[in-house]
Amino acid sequence: MSHGNMNLTLKIWRQNSGSEPGQLVTYPVKDISPDMSFLEMFDVLNEQLVAKNESPIVFDHDCREGICGMCSMVINGRAHGPKTGITTCQLHMRSFKDGDTIVVEPWRAQAFPVIKDLTVDRSSFERIQAKGGFISVNTGTAQDANCLPIPKDDADASFNAAACIGCGACVATCKNASAMLFVAAKVSQFALLPQGKVEATTRVKNMVAQMDAEGFGSCTNTGACEVECPKGISLENIARMNREYLVANCVS
Amino acid sequence: MSKLDSKIPEGTLEQKWTKYKSSVALVNPSNKRNLEIIVVGSGLAGASAAASLAELGYKVKVFCYQDSARRAHSIAAQGGINAAKNYQNDGDSVYRLFYDTVKGGDYRAREANVYRLAEVSNNIIDQCVAQGVPLAREYGGMLSNRSFGGTQVQRTFYAAGQTGQQLLLGAYSALQRQIGLGTVDMFTRHEMLDIVKIDDKARGIIARDMVTGKLERHFGHAVLLCTGGYGNVFYLSTNAMGCNATAAWKAHKKGAFFGNPCFTQIHPTCIPVSGDHQSKLTLMSESLRNDGRIWVPKKQGDTRKGNEIPEEERDYYLERRYPAFGNLVPRDVASRAAKERCDEGYGVGASKMAVFLDFKAAIERFGKTQAKKMSIDNPSPQQIKEFGKQVIEEKYGNLFAMYEQITGENPYEVPMRIYPAVHYTMGGLWVDYNLMTTVQGLYCLGEANFSDHGANRLGASALMQGLADGYFVIPYTIGAYLSKEIAVKPIPTTHEAFAATEKEVQERIDKLFAIKGNKSVDHFHKKLGKIMWDKCGMAREEKGLKEAIQEIRALREEFWKDLRVTGKPNEMNPELEKACRVADFLELGELMCMDALNRSESCGGHFRVESQTEEGEAKRNDDKFSYVSVWENKPDNEWELHKEELVFDVVHPSQRSYK
Amino acid sequence: MSNSSPSFLKSSLGKKFIMGFTGLFLISFLVVHVCINACIYFNDSGETFNMAAHFMSHNIIIRVVEVGLFIGIILHIVQALIIIMHNNKARPQKYAVQNQAVSSKWYSRSMGLLGTLLLMFLIVHLANFWVPTKIAVYTGKEQNSFEELKEVFANPIILVVYLLGIVSLFYHLLHGFQSAFQSFGLNHKKYTPFIKSFGFWYSLLICLVFASMPITLYLGLIK
Repeated sequence: MSHGNMNLTLKIWRQNSGSEPGQLVTYPVKDISPDMSFLEMFDVLNEQLVAKNESPIVFDHDCREGICGMCSMVINGRAHGPKTGITTCQLHMRSFKDGDTIVVEPWRAQAFPVIKDLTVDRSSFERIQAKGGFISVNTGTAQDANCLPIPKDDADASFNAAACIGCGACVATCKNASAMLFVAAKVSQFALLPQGKVEATTRVKNMVAQMDAEGFGSCTNTGACEVECPKGISLENIARMNREYLVANCVS
Repeated sequence: MSKLDSKIPEGTLEQKWTKYKSSVALVNPSNKRNLEIIVVGSGLAGASAAASLAELGYKVKVFCYQDSARRAHSIAAQGGINAAKNYQNDGDSVYRLFYDTVKGGDYRAREANVYRLAEVSNNIIDQCVAQGVPLAREYGGMLSNRSFGGTQVQRTFYAAGQTGQQLLLGAYSALQRQIGLGTVDMFTRHEMLDIVKIDDKARGIIARDMVTGKLERHFGHAVLLCTGGYGNVFYLSTNAMGCNATAAWKAHKKGAFFGNPCFTQIHPTCIPVSGDHQSKLTLMSESLRNDGRIWVPKKQGDTRKGNEIPEEERDYYLERRYPAFGNLVPRDVASRAAKERCDEGYGVGASKMAVFLDFKAAIERFGKTQAKKMSIDNPSPQQIKEFGKQVIEEKYGNLFAMYEQITGENPYEVPMRIYPAVHYTMGGLWVDYNLMTTVQGLYCLGEANFSDHGANRLGASALMQGLADGYFVIPYTIGAYLSKEIAVKPIPTTHEAFAATEKEVQERIDKLFAIKGNKSVDHFHKKLGKIMWDKCGMAREEKGLKEAIQEIRALREEFWKDLRVTGKPNEMNPELEKACRVADFLELGELMCMDALNRSESCGGHFRVESQTEEGEAKRNDDKFSYVSVWENKPDNEWELHKEELVFDVVHPSQRSYK
Repeated sequence: MSNSSPSFLKSSLGKKFIMGFTGLFLISFLVVHVCINACIYFNDSGETFNMAAHFMSHNIIIRVVEVGLFIGIILHIVQALIIIMHNNKARPQKYAVQNQAVSSKWYSRSMGLLGTLLLMFLIVHLANFWVPTKIAVYTGKEQNSFEELKEVFANPIILVVYLLGIVSLFYHLLHGFQSAFQSFGLNHKKYTPFIKSFGFWYSLLICLVFASMPITLYLGLIK
């Protein structure tokens, strides 16, 4: 089927469900093309497994162009694999060598329990978002969009924070499984805009409270999240959240 | 014809929506609390509809197959969103946006719907900014606009190359807010597998919990399908892997008619297929055509590298064929021209199914300008190249990086290879002015419906339509129906209709497992995709379409005989999910071919080889085909065609020309 | 709504704030400490040094601050333990393969270990100097701190222990200094590079001066 010449040994985490134990299982794959994406290599492996009547490896993926944030693999000890600035689906096999052994594990965190194989449950992010990751404005109540001039720098900084795809690589890569970068990106997006200032105090308090309640670790400022974030979300956002939180607690 | 009542309000085009809004029946707040609405899909249309309806006080349940509403494929839209704000003072207006959209759709859309879309486009921008969507701004703090294909004004609002992401996250945040307030119940990792009808009204759905595999029954006074397009019928498309037609198709089989199924948009600038392993195609923004020149070698089967082919041996075929628009012809025209060259044997790359998109001239041009700016009188060729690259990097850096990541080639040094790919489906469930399908209480919003784009969608209009439907249309139009439903108590899901439908779904799943054949789901999906792409893709002709129908029928038969679904039904099982979806694609594909066969004219994205001008351009036939093809499903994969005649009171159809 | 959120100090952010605050307080104390150490370089047979040491052990204000210092150290340690235990719980199942070196500095990931080494060093250090001083103060015995210093550092094992302690301190400060500012929310494109480089030079300088004292005394360069 595939026209490549790479032979690889994969060690992949298999776990039937969250309540059962899992282990790394070794799978050899042959004739992999360097032009394949990492997930297409998984497709090839899964086709082989189906042919052998074995159950294919379950992994999250959807858009396969690095924007939906669904894909989530720790590859050889790094979230989204050996390259920076990309998601797993954007990783291509030319980043590996013939004969390599590749270990693939799911995101590991108390707040991201494994559902099956490489798929984890990230609904903790959803609950954090529901606590304050919004501006309370009902449909139809908005004034004209240009009534509120926003300095370009603020708008750009807000956009850079909003570029977060919610994949959870920050949590996966953090030695403390902390979700600070994710939460900080959302807090920052709104904190930087005049529209967001109205609810700034309650937003940061509620989102941090939910983050803590979900069982994420706390930040020790190692900066690993920023390096592994596929969208390059900056640590400045974490500082901004710290500041917002401090101020919020001082004023209310 | 009574079956197709488009319910377009009376009055002049400009007055229809305003009058409708002020006369449509309302539901009082205390009754809203007792009315339940099911929303399937959480993209722009679904999330915005769910949030807006919950804000009004309805009880809403939202379903999506992803692990979060934020992952819906609206997120991948790059370019922007149109609105008739006229912030640029360049003469834009609601009428112009309306006109451009109808013309861009090659006069196959409903005037009243499109006019309403243009009217509410401005509200969308206001709403999104209020929600904190960080749209691009000028230094003065005002919103910035860019121009887009098919228009002469700058009306596209954007957020870098991630407009879809930002708008979706805006709608998602509104949705999450309602979830936090307890007005919306969110069901992620749930896939709708059928509609439940009671007394000919949609009253709920059967959904499968994709984690446990359990089938669930959910009641709703109304059901909204916001499930996106069906481009994945082609296997390879720019859609996400999970995009599917199942919800729409199940609705179709339960009585919702399907409109214009053959209208598919093929996007000209995608990264070409690199091998059999290819799972999806990646779009390179249309904006690249502003500066890149598209060409193929003049010699057939030329195997030289792009850089080694001298200028005089290159055929800039778009500039040659369309001197007025050159590389900036609309999507459908550019796509067909690329296919024509490749079919004639002029294609490039290993697969020979690609053309070059070359930035060499642009790099040189920008480099010279830059040198002038820097007051360098006699820049060396090296300097020019360096400066030029810098300018290109500023404009398209992220796209170039993406290209290099996928292909392993450096597009600053060698020309890009591109080829058209399936991108969007203009067709979808037929809906009336209220966005209701032919099933009472069943609505369809966004890309999943057929309504606003005719035979071709203009760039930056998909986001506009999704949000228009969700934020500003459905909250009004659903009242027309629900105001008559206030007496209906929630029907317990123990009702026999729920039981019967769940049984149907269960039996279908059991049947898939019972085949125990030898071929994987992907095997069939790829085969279907190839048939569709070859015979119902960029160019369609009677013979090929007839063959395709036979081949799809044969493939479907083989599918039900030789499919292998591994694992069990009551667990997380992506193979089963895919099998359910492909089973539906195998039926939808046939209908698309039938529709393409029926429409023996060329219009927009639909090109019938038999209907072209002497120069090989698309030729519309307004006398015979100025209608929406509306297909009614009959038992055993038979269909009956209904026609909704299109009446153009305001714009007058003319032949498009880009010469 | 805000009533539902836990109090500031109980939150993960609040804990980090305390870590940073106590950390910076302890860092400021190091300046005083290092200045007194540097008194030996007057090379006056410890006269200046003894004066400074006497001031430190007898001045009432310093004695009050000393209590604060111990509270600071204890708070810093207790918070650290709470955070570490919490963080360990945040990832019950570890990775089989981890490749952290590319994304963060080893010492930023090893603050707990470095802190433990520092604590062990601190115990030795207090036993060497602080305890005898306290005894002297309370028994009213006259004390020659400089002579004690020379005596202690004549032992090569103690010298090595001190040098290792100072290396731990260096790395602990290297991360801790700039990390505290980040925890306070002070991160700015313009000023953060300054904070970082200040932190680096501060850590280096303090530790060099600290390290130079036992070495000089061991080698007998200062009598």
